[in-house]
Amino acid sequence: MDVCPSSRTDWNDMQARIEIVGSEIHMAGEWTISGLADLEGKLAELPLSGATSVMAQDIEAMDTAGAWLFHRTLQGHGLGIAGLKPGHAALVEMIASLDLAEKTEPQSRGVLEKMGVAGWQLLSQLEDMLAFIGEVAIALVHAAANPGRIRWKPIWHNLQHAGFDALPIAGLLSFLMGIVIAYQGAEQLARYGANIFVVNLVGLSMLRELGPLLTAIIIAGRSGSAFTAQISTMKVTEEIDAMSTIGISPMEQLILPKIIALLIALPLLTVYADIMGVLGGMIMASFDLGVSYTDFIDRFGSSIRLSAFLVGVGKAPVFAAIIAVVGCFQGFRVEGSADSVGRQTTKSVVQSIFLVIVADAIFSVIFSLVQL
Amino acid sequence: MSEAILEISDLCTSFGNAVIHDHISLEIMRGEVFAIAGSSGCGKSTLLREIMLLQKPISGSIRVFGKEVLGLGDMEALDFRKGCGMMFERGALFSSLNVLENVGLPLQEHTLLSQDLIEEIAAIKIALAGLPASAKFKYPGELSGGMRKRAALARALALDPELLFLDEPTAGLDPLSASGFDELVLHLKRSLELTMVIVTHDLDLLWHVADRVAFLGDGHVLGVGTMMELSESSHPLIREYFYGPRGRAAREQAWKQKSTTR
Repeated sequence: MDVCPSSRTDWNDMQARIEIVGSEIHMAGEWTISGLADLEGKLAELPLSGATSVMAQDIEAMDTAGAWLFHRTLQGHGLGIAGLKPGHAALVEMIASLDLAEKTEPQSRGVLEKMGVAGWQLLSQLEDMLAFIGEVAIALVHAAANPGRIRWKPIWHNLQHAGFDALPIAGLLSFLMGIVIAYQGAEQLARYGANIFVVNLVGLSMLRELGPLLTAIIIAGRSGSAFTAQISTMKVTEEIDAMSTIGISPMEQLILPKIIALLIALPLLTVYADIMGVLGGMIMASFDLGVSYTDFIDRFGSSIRLSAFLVGVGKAPVFAAIIAVVGCFQGFRVEGSADSVGRQTTKSVVQSIFLVIVADAIFSVIFSLVQL
Repeated sequence: MSEAILEISDLCTSFGNAVIHDHISLEIMRGEVFAIAGSSGCGKSTLLREIMLLQKPISGSIRVFGKEVLGLGDMEALDFRKGCGMMFERGALFSSLNVLENVGLPLQEHTLLSQDLIEEIAAIKIALAGLPASAKFKYPGELSGGMRKRAALARALALDPELLFLDEPTAGLDPLSASGFDELVLHLKRSLELTMVIVTHDLDLLWHVADRVAFLGDGHVLGVGTMMELSESSHPLIREYFYGPRGRAAREQAWKQKSTTR
């Protein structure tokens, strides 16, 4: 290619040109990738059938893109080509000799087929999920039967990261939620002079519902996503296969510790969130409704039954199991690329939050049936 | 053909206390296949990354196409980058795009060509890189290691660069694919008159393909020259490299090939 180095940077100055003089087509300029944009349109309208020969001696430079355009334009017209520089001719010849046998693009699917495929994928994912839950359950039973095989180190590690490290954010959000509930209730309650009932409002809603739910959602976003990202990355880099070949079961090393750690951590976090939430409500009640701290605590002891607290904390292990199982399951479904890791992580968070809320709704139905 | 297309002078790099390059100077001529060899961790890939402005050296100068590239702004760097192609060691193909889209991406970004022409040109590059046409619609995850390298090469060739950088092009390939790659590099050099800078420690590639080789070690350029000249060097590191068991085998084979072709 006879492109001088300094001219290479002036991308817009180089243009390929084409002119028709009688029955001759004159080609000139630099047939390189930077100069082809205009030419492409012109070539399409070129009356090639009337021409007899091509004068190419003024083509100053040519690269593979230019050679291809040259070849494609003149292909099959049987025109005499004169004056093409030997280097350029060789390039055109090389391009012409390439095997570009067009393989048709895989047919895109119709709407009906897409729906079918999506439905089928959903079903098969459900089946895989059930199988995974089964595997986890078996492994848990095995672990309970041989406690010596439980790997404590990763459990501690996960407790630290999924539990202890989440204390500030879970505490702060519950505290704010307590403030919000007390504030929202304050106006309505004050209207009836029922200020003291703010204790029931804050206490029941935090202990029964919001404490466990809020904590579960935070942990799903924080730790469920981390589980998926870790496992899927390890799978992409074949670390999980390596683990299996060394004789370490990924189930024992990766999955069980996460599930066990979350089963321990989430109820504890829920208790902590309950305390912080009620504290927030208490501060707001004294600030906005004039309910003093001592009144609040007195009333709390007499009006909130232990069962409210137990109902809330009792849900936490179920939420924990959902988050950990979905997180690990989605991690294992990764398909070989960096792109897929991100997709699986999103899926994991969305699914675990969805399932946590569904489970919460089911709990509400059950509790109302048994009148808890 | 003897003007320098790439000049590196007095380049210094260090990470923390570790000195990687200690006043390195190299000159690469237009149209040659220049290889950079040396043991692992001697800063070969770092050198390549510094030329492509992916990493900053501490001091020194790098001139490409006669212009200083260190300290270029983003817009000027873009112009310079359009003239260069880089093939990364592990391919670095975008996993969400298929091979055709991967190769077409630079064209899509930097030219105003129609979609059809872009796809045709991309198909040519894919064929040039020695991939079968059936690979066009595959995603990187579905390709074997050798095919991924070829696809990466096709993408590096997309804008018809004058200067091509290859980082470990044969690492991780089976001997057959690796020698296929050697042929491919020679073919590209002959047909496209490319200047290529190859970072490698593949001795066969060094013997068969490289016009000149620079040997890096201890932060310095320990030797520059043809493989023949380097193999006669007296520097202990270079001697160790060429006269270790593998080095000797590759050298003997290169000798044999030369004598049979004569």
